[in-house]
Amino acid sequence: MSDSTSGRRPLAPRGEAARSLTPPLADARPAAVRPESAADAAPLRVGAGTKSRRGAEDPAIVRWTLIALAFLAMTILVVIPLANVFYEAFAKGVGTYWDNLYNDPDTLSAIFMTLKVAPMAVALNVVFGFAAAWAIARFRFPGRALLTSLIDLPFAVSPVVAGLLFVLLFGLQGLFGQWLREVDVKIIFAWPGLVLATTFVTFPIVARELIPLMEATGSDEEVAAVSLGARWWQLLSRVTLPNVKWGILYGVILCNARAMGEFGAVAVVSGRITGQTDTMPLRVEKLFQEYNLPGAFAVASVLTLLALITLVIKVTLEWRTRRELEEASRLRTLRSEA
Amino acid sequence: MLDVNRRILPGFGLSLGYTLLYMNLLVLIPITVLAVKASQLSWPEFSEAVFNERAIAAYQLTMGASFLAALVNLVIGLLIAWVLVRYRFPGKQIFDALVDLPFALPTAVAGLVYSSLYVKKGWLGQFLVPLGFQGSYSRTAVVLVLIFVSFPFVVRTVQPVIEDLDADVEEAAACLGANRLQTFTRVILPTILSALITGFALAFARAIGEYGSVVFVSGNMPYKTEIAPVLVVSNLEAFQYKQAAAVAVALLVLSFSALLAINVLERWSRRRYV
Repeated sequence: MSDSTSGRRPLAPRGEAARSLTPPLADARPAAVRPESAADAAPLRVGAGTKSRRGAEDPAIVRWTLIALAFLAMTILVVIPLANVFYEAFAKGVGTYWDNLYNDPDTLSAIFMTLKVAPMAVALNVVFGFAAAWAIARFRFPGRALLTSLIDLPFAVSPVVAGLLFVLLFGLQGLFGQWLREVDVKIIFAWPGLVLATTFVTFPIVARELIPLMEATGSDEEVAAVSLGARWWQLLSRVTLPNVKWGILYGVILCNARAMGEFGAVAVVSGRITGQTDTMPLRVEKLFQEYNLPGAFAVASVLTLLALITLVIKVTLEWRTRRELEEASRLRTLRSEA
Repeated sequence: MLDVNRRILPGFGLSLGYTLLYMNLLVLIPITVLAVKASQLSWPEFSEAVFNERAIAAYQLTMGASFLAALVNLVIGLLIAWVLVRYRFPGKQIFDALVDLPFALPTAVAGLVYSSLYVKKGWLGQFLVPLGFQGSYSRTAVVLVLIFVSFPFVVRTVQPVIEDLDADVEEAAACLGANRLQTFTRVILPTILSALITGFALAFARAIGEYGSVVFVSGNMPYKTEIAPVLVVSNLEAFQYKQAAAVAVALLVLSFSALLAINVLERWSRRRYV
């Protein structure tokens, strides 16, 4: 049984699902988070093995009806919209498509704005995610459980409300508005506000990947390294980071996808100044409002392409971690037999 | 072991301090400021901002549409999770990967596409509109797009639990004379119930806060297709900051209590069956 799902999601879920009730990308964590899954889950699996287990198998007619229904649902929900984006974007030909993207300075500036804001938000959250994971997964301290659940808080906040938070702090009428005007710093209606709002909505993603991963890898190797005289930078670069590098990359991919696509929070803080504070999703909406559908779909097609690339990298990373884990558990078995 | 860590491993103070600082600056202090801002309104002003007729219509739409969408996702999600775990068919890996698309796709793109699919000349609208199905600029449109953005949650919470189901139990049920349907409703469904509820809760919570995709498809007509987050924006555009903050607080309370209620429900169902 070696299909796509076997190693992906593990024995953890019941406890895992209970721990947190918070959304996006929640269970898309890498296989590394739950180690034994691939090996242990395999023997239990039903329906697709070589031996038929009749008590646990559905009749062929049920099977094929359900498969057909699932395909129908996926086609209507996901596949048709996906095809439609590219169809509409290229409806007036490749030349127009290119014009809409490249020869529209406002669209270009929106693309650059997204390329500037998303990496900053991702970088901020990676540093935070690593610090939080180090503190939470390596040490015990009072309030640890509370801290862990507080990290998920931004997922429960509507993006529009997230944007509003920063308007109330840094807007002209906001808490620091007067002071910011005196020192002549613009946060709202400028790129720093976009970074803040984007960072807020993507805040938990990297930490949520890294905390369970670092808990799973354990601290034995690190304690050994320190007792052998490793300094903190050696510990970091030789032991800790190599252990969690795929987890970090996974978090970065998910965080980046969300950051580039964020709409609600960014719409509130940007002021939507065409050519200055529009990001790609905001540009899509503006073109849509101007009835420039081919233009809107052209920008949307670029975002869709980014989403598809994200999915491909995500699947590759999951496949990779699964293979490493299978290898590790095989070695473990060999060692215990010897 | 872990108590020893603090004496051996470096960086406890630094990492915890940085985590607390960052979280306070970015999340906790801003939310406190929001609450303070909303509390500056007197009670009549607050209730006028939060409970006026237009706002109540918006809450009703937000709650109703989110609930319906989550309900539909419960069925579709269970179906897809079941098919992905139990059956083999060509293209399964691509199918599995595509389930996550709504997470990866920007909501603005989802809104844009859904607004063009269900109009009279759209790919799906050309068949559906003559049948009287108005899938754009209507409440139906809101439900449809919410189904899309929240649909992976149920699949991804239920899938691992179905993977863990023990085949022996199902065989035992069959040996004891249960037919497949009985096995499903009496044996399988109770086991996956709490995962289903969790998936439902996640989908529901996500749908309540959703803004980007809905503004494209709904037309945002007050009393008819306006959702609650739009109220925040329209208050803001009228420079009514305190009112915007009040509605935002109401929204936060709404989504927190929805999560809390379903958390309790989920705990109850787990205690009952496991």
